Amino acid sequence: MRFRDLTIGQHIPGDSVVHRLDPRTKIIGTALLITLLFTVDGFLGYLLAALAIAAVIHLSELPWRFVLRGLRPLLMILLLTVGLNIFLTEGEVVFRFLFLTVTREGIARGLMMGTRLVLLIVGTSLLTLTTSPIQLTDGIESLLGPFRRIGVPAHELAMMMTIALRFIPTLLDETEKIMKAQMARGADFQSGGLMQRAKNLVPLLVPLFVSAFRRADELAIAMEARGYRGGQGRTKFRELRFGRIDAVALSVAVAFTVVVGVFF
Amino acid sequence: MSIRLENVFYRYLEGTPMETTALTDVSLEIQDGEFVAIIGATGSGKSTLIQHFNGLLLPTSGRVWVDGVDLTAKGTQLRAIRQKVGMVFQYPEHQLFGETVLEDVGFGPRNAGLPEEEVVERVRRALAYVGLDFEELKDQSPFELSGGQKRRVAIAGVLAMEPGTLILDEPTAGLDPKGREEILDEICAIKRERGITVILVTHSMEDAARLAERLIVLNRGRIALDGTPVEVFRQAETLKELGLGLPQVTELMHELKSMGWAVNTDILTVEEAEEEILRVMGGQR
Repeated sequence: MRFRDLTIGQHIPGDSVVHRLDPRTKIIGTALLITLLFTVDGFLGYLLAALAIAAVIHLSELPWRFVLRGLRPLLMILLLTVGLNIFLTEGEVVFRFLFLTVTREGIARGLMMGTRLVLLIVGTSLLTLTTSPIQLTDGIESLLGPFRRIGVPAHELAMMMTIALRFIPTLLDETEKIMKAQMARGADFQSGGLMQRAKNLVPLLVPLFVSAFRRADELAIAMEARGYRGGQGRTKFRELRFGRIDAVALSVAVAFTVVVGVFF
Repeated sequence: MSIRLENVFYRYLEGTPMETTALTDVSLEIQDGEFVAIIGATGSGKSTLIQHFNGLLLPTSGRVWVDGVDLTAKGTQLRAIRQKVGMVFQYPEHQLFGETVLEDVGFGPRNAGLPEEEVVERVRRALAYVGLDFEELKDQSPFELSGGQKRRVAIAGVLAMEPGTLILDEPTAGLDPKGREEILDEICAIKRERGITVILVTHSMEDAARLAERLIVLNRGRIALDGTPVEVFRQAETLKELGLGLPQVTELMHELKSMGWAVNTDILTVEEAEEEILRVMGGQR
């Protein structure tokens, strides 16, 4: 299946500096990176951002090949973005081919948008690659904490995310099982027109929904049986600790973002 | 309709760090009309093995023939094979989807392109095999039935294709003793009446001993033992090493023997045991 190529959302355990950073540092760092990529305008800025990402990949000790593989499933979107920008931007005409016009501005914009997307994907996938889902949701919960006063259900949101992430592999397994069972009864999920294919999915989707609801019900009961009453007064087994390397990493990230964002 | 496997290997997630070998060099042949039970500890490869019998999984290397057709050859019509080799998965009631029992049980025959009258006839027959009443249930939603009835409807969904080979993966898991008994009896009745091949995956040594003519014991993806129930259950030591056991009565006969009674230990059912014990006690009664 194609799912396996998707590195976004996958976690590779490790013991590098990047892995050991507090998840909050990494979340804020990623947010800074996203902001930076949308404010920078010009190739030098992108080059600096790319170098920064490369430095983080190096520090994370992840295999390059693996990090870059995350781009593969998004290749179509990438090509489409670059293509549309190249062909649809108006400006100084470089050459014409049939009904297509390529402009100097188009090429520049296309390349820029492509670079921005690539850096966005690689940069954000670094967050999930080096942070386990549990750490990630702990981090989000802690960051949302201050907003609780204005009614943001921080703990509940984090719990929902944890459960959703936890059940992705389970549901994939279930999908495969039901597909096989229906294929054993002669179901066909591969051929036919669009309408026919959509109709063929009914024997897959109905049991999948039924089982998802059943699991939700069982999980809710299991949680209540263990005394779960929401986040009120709940203590944590794994406390988040904002240490010295976090302070250093965050300072560097902020400084970098400000400098590159303002000057490039 | 024979099934033949030759040097079958199967690896999950090949080429990734998570690669695991589920089947190692499995060769076997199942003849027309046999009743085979497949036993083995959890994770021994039973479910992986049976999925090779109807082409849901294709071997990483090795070859599979069903009815003389090579499933591993390019362009083999696997859908046609799956009409001939019916497969009931674990907890088959989890695949129910139809608005009515008729729609759900008729899914297989309808996929085979049969005319509607024939589909209805097959559904009627299939429901009768599992002891359900067609007129009473046909318009009901399968989701409103009891657990045991759901299981039967799901099994009927496979029977309705009238396959020449029926594979069942723990069909009685999670049922009460009465439900287990009834479903196994129904399977035996179908086998008797239609002369089909039955392949049963089970954790129950009693069921394996009582129902099957042949046992295949799997251990870590390899065939450990293959023979008649008597032959297999003679290997008590090996079975224990593999995390399996003997049927309770056979165990009892072994106990009696170790206590000095000259009983025959090739005994698989309570009736046989009764006869044997009476014979040994002979005049002493």
